[in-house]
Amino acid sequence: MQRAESSIAAATGSPRREGLPALLLLAPFLAAFILFFLVPAFETFWLSLTESSLTRTNGFVGLANYATLVQDPSFWDALGNTFYFALLTVIPLTAIGLLMAMLVNHFVRAQGWLQGVFFLPFVLPISVMTLIADWMLQPSSGVINHILGGQRPWLADPSWALPAVAIGTVWWTVGFNMLLFLAGLRNIPAEQYEAAALDGASGWTLFRHITWPALRPVTTTALILQLIASLKVFGQTYILTSGGPFNTTRVTLHYMYETAFTQSDAGYAAAIAMAFVAVVILLSLLQVWLVRYLARRDA
Amino acid sequence: MNMSSAHKSNLGWSAVGAVCAIVLALLWAAPLLWALSTALRPELETVSADFHWLPQAWTLDAFRKTLAAGNLLRWLFNSALVALSVTVVTMAISLMAAYAFSQLRFRGKGILFALAMLAFLLPFEALLVPLFRTMNQLGMINSYAGIVLPQVVSPVVIYVFKQFFDEIPADFREAAVMDGAGPLRVLWSVYLPISGNIVWAMAIVTFIAAWNNFLWPFIIVTSTDMMTIPLGLTQTYDAFGVRYAQLMAAALLGAFPVALAYILFQKKVTQGFLAASGLK
Repeated sequence: MQRAESSIAAATGSPRREGLPALLLLAPFLAAFILFFLVPAFETFWLSLTESSLTRTNGFVGLANYATLVQDPSFWDALGNTFYFALLTVIPLTAIGLLMAMLVNHFVRAQGWLQGVFFLPFVLPISVMTLIADWMLQPSSGVINHILGGQRPWLADPSWALPAVAIGTVWWTVGFNMLLFLAGLRNIPAEQYEAAALDGASGWTLFRHITWPALRPVTTTALILQLIASLKVFGQTYILTSGGPFNTTRVTLHYMYETAFTQSDAGYAAAIAMAFVAVVILLSLLQVWLVRYLARRDA
Repeated sequence: MNMSSAHKSNLGWSAVGAVCAIVLALLWAAPLLWALSTALRPELETVSADFHWLPQAWTLDAFRKTLAAGNLLRWLFNSALVALSVTVVTMAISLMAAYAFSQLRFRGKGILFALAMLAFLLPFEALLVPLFRTMNQLGMINSYAGIVLPQVVSPVVIYVFKQFFDEIPADFREAAVMDGAGPLRVLWSVYLPISGNIVWAMAIVTFIAAWNNFLWPFIIVTSTDMMTIPLGLTQTYDAFGVRYAQLMAAALLGAFPVALAYILFQKKVTQGFLAASGLK
């Protein structure tokens, strides 16, 4: 009996008969994937060509939503704020992440502690960061104004609100980049440093000629992941400033959210979503191309 | 010839590095320590004109009042339930899918895998509007299923598991298949035991990500009772008023579970996040 079963199973194990088991194993994932990814993805595109509310689809309008979009100053302002936020965060997050990784890697005895302190904020919920930031930035009783003197209302000041949110974001997420660089640093063979040290190289020279070139792939990864993450900013600004003061912190996704869920204009919100995806993909490709170009020029 | 000057210069760099390390560590620890120092003082001290780094009268009042005011425990419970469900379901369906993609031969495999990986490219944010409309039609607004289900599609996890399975020698599987074990059985008793490490790492990372997910619950939940911690903590001004000792106590209580998970499983968390970013 047992032998008979096993020969059947062995037969089903042959390449030709693996279609059914594969389908069964994939079914739960595929169901979720189709329902919660594929269909909504196509629906976003379809909705962007319609006039729709949050509950109803009223009719096909062709490219009308896109025509409105290119002439909508609110959209361009929001996109501009998003770029400004990316500008304020991508470079500091990458540079500080690298510096932290080098410190963790160098001070072997303090490694666990240092890494823990730098990385911990990254695992905390966004609203823990925003609650603490809001308290620290209070105009009258906040610790920041106590240290700097004055009573600046950071989050209500049009020129300071977005930079303040950016600083909070750097504190919150830099740990991830540190981790990427740390992995990169640990992949550099120690012999390279030893050989260079025998030649009398040290400090900056070692960094310039060994560390930095060896970290190039990691730096590329970190920059791209960071750019995408920064373009997707929403929660921080929404919670801390609700897009204010005077819309100076209203970012693209915030505008999409308001359009969909406050104005109940799902069609136009879908057009904003499509434009947003296009921007994210274009900028990522541009950045990949730029990094490659610089690498080739240096080589 | 330069040994001694190189040595001296290295010492110099070490000193600069030590200063940098201490300053950065203080800067990064300060906000949480300041939150703790605030949460441990009476509410009056947070509005007093006198500034003190440490509480003048230490008290657990803020923590007590925050917990008594109600919703926090409910939000913690919701978060735990949601994060655990997301983790268990994601692990189960991703392991099965990864095994099929890695070990079984079937038609359309390449296209299907490429399609699944497409989800990497398209930000979840772009799906919010249709997802909300679908959930609305299904009557899943303000339900646990509604919060959990869209979070279980995780191509990254499948990708990591597939990479891992790809490197397991074929002999392992062939022996089991010869013994008559079906695919689910082979996955469970041959592949899972040797994948323990990576499965735990991805599970913890998935748990932390689900615990911290703000955007989706923000869209799908409107009732205070169904909120998770990241969402609930944004409602604390309504719940507690602008009382900073209590707000900081709430923030720390909301941070505690994930912070603890990180501190307990530091290595696994590190490994999981690195695997998920495509670097090992």
